[in-house]
Amino acid sequence: MKRFREQIVIKIHVDEHKCVGAGQCVMTAPEVFDQREEDGVVILLQDHAENALEPAVRKAAKLCPALAIRVEEA
Amino acid sequence: MERVVIVGGSAAGLTAAETLREDGFAGELVLINGESHAGYDRPPLSKHVLGGRTQVSDVMLRPIDFYAQNRVEHRIGVRAAGLDADRRNVLLDSGERVTYDGLLIATGLRPRPLPGQPALRGIHMLRTLDDALALRADLLEASRVIVVGAGFLGSEVTATARELGLHVTLIDALDVPMLRQLGRDIGTAVMKTHVDHGVEVRVRRTVQSFHEREGRVTGISFDDGEHLEADVVVVAIGALPNTEWLAGSGLDVDDGVVCDEYCRAADGVYAAGDVARWFHPELGASLRIEHRMHATEQGIAAAKNLLGARVPFAPMPYFWTDFYDVKIQAFGRIDANDEMKVIAGEIGARCFTAAYHRDEMITAVLGWNAARKVRSLAPLVGKRIDVLSAATMIAA
Repeated sequence: MKRFREQIVIKIHVDEHKCVGAGQCVMTAPEVFDQREEDGVVILLQDHAENALEPAVRKAAKLCPALAIRVEEA
Repeated sequence: MERVVIVGGSAAGLTAAETLREDGFAGELVLINGESHAGYDRPPLSKHVLGGRTQVSDVMLRPIDFYAQNRVEHRIGVRAAGLDADRRNVLLDSGERVTYDGLLIATGLRPRPLPGQPALRGIHMLRTLDDALALRADLLEASRVIVVGAGFLGSEVTATARELGLHVTLIDALDVPMLRQLGRDIGTAVMKTHVDHGVEVRVRRTVQSFHEREGRVTGISFDDGEHLEADVVVVAIGALPNTEWLAGSGLDVDDGVVCDEYCRAADGVYAAGDVARWFHPELGASLRIEHRMHATEQGIAAAKNLLGARVPFAPMPYFWTDFYDVKIQAFGRIDANDEMKVIAGEIGARCFTAAYHRDEMITAVLGWNAARKVRSLAPLVGKRIDVLSAATMIAA
C-alpha cells in the first residue's frame, strides 16, 4: 500500500542553459531543486516526484522566470 | 462569468490565461495581443537574442498549441484602442468592440525616448523581439555604438555589443550606473565592470542632439558641444506604461493602472505586470514593478482574484540582471537611499552579498555572482537589523 501511495507521477526536466539562477524553484520545492554555489544554476535532486510533491513542482515550473523547468506525466 | 478578455499577450497576460483555465474558468477567453508574435520572453532579448546565441523559437513563452489546448481565442496583431468600463467592452483598433464579464489588463510598457529624439535609421530602442532582431542586424554592420542609459537594459546591451566586438560608449545622466536602482556603491562596481571590459563610460552627461547623414545617425552631441561619432545609438532610459487606450474609461491611471491590494482596478477589471500599480499591503505602498518574475506572480494573483479568490497580492520583489560574467540578483525593494552593508565578500571581488536596511529594518538583499547565497538570505527581508548582524557574523 505504501508503495502505491508514493507512486511516481511526474518526471522533471531542467534546462541548465535557460536557467537564470533565480532560485524560485528551490524556495518552492526544496526537496527537488537546489542551486550550484558558483552561478546559481539549478541542480535537480530527483528527476521524478511522487504525489505529495507534484503540486510544488508544478508551481515551481510555473513561477520559473526562465521557463527552464518542464514537467511531464511519468 | 461567460467571457474574460485579457489585453496583453506576454508574461502577465499569458500566465493569467493559464491560471484561469487551471482554476476552472470554463467560459470564453479572449486574448488581445497587440504584438506581431505570440507571447515571448523579454529578458533574453538584450542577451541571447541580441548576441545571436539563441533561436527565436527558444524564447516563446508557450508552445503554439497552448492557445488551442486552453481554448484561448488569440487575437494577434490587434490592439485595444479604448475601454468602456460601464458597458463592459473593449474597443479594438479594428473598430470592433469585444464585451466582457471580466477584464484583465496586461498591456506592459514601451520604451521612453529622449526628448526630441529624431526618427533616424541607426537609433534603436529595445522592447520587442522585432526591436532586438533589428538592433542585432544593425550591430553586425557597425563598429561604434553609443548606449544612452546605464540601467539594467543599457548595461546588458552594452555587454552584448562588447561581446560582438564593437566599441561602446555608455552614457548616463547620473554619477554612476544604476544609482537610483541599486545605490552608489553597487553602481560604482557596475561602472568599474564596464570599464574593465573596455567600455568608455561617460557619466553625468546628457545627449543634447543627434547628427545624421541621409537619414542615418552618425553621432551625438552633449550639451557642452562635445561630439561623439557612432554607427548605432541605443536609447535605454526607461519605459512608460501603455495606458493611453484607457483615457476616458473612468479607470484611475497614474503611472500605471491603479489597483487595490487585490490587483483590482474597477468592478470586474484587474491589472497585472509592468502596467499595474497596485497597493502592496505588507510594504504599505503603491508600487509598479517592472521585473520578469513579478509579471508571472501578478498574472496568477490577478487571475485568481478575478475568479473571486480575494487574496491580497504581497510578493517579495525579485530581479536579476546579467552582463559579461556578472549576475546581480536582489530580493526585496531597494531604495537607493537605504544604508547598505556587505554581508560576505567585498565590493569589487568576483562575488559578494549585501543587505540594504532602513529604520532598523532589512529592506533587501543583493547578490553579486552569489545566486545561491542571496536566495538563502531572502528570508532576512523585512526582519530587524540585528538579524543582519548575526548573518554577517556567521558569513564572516
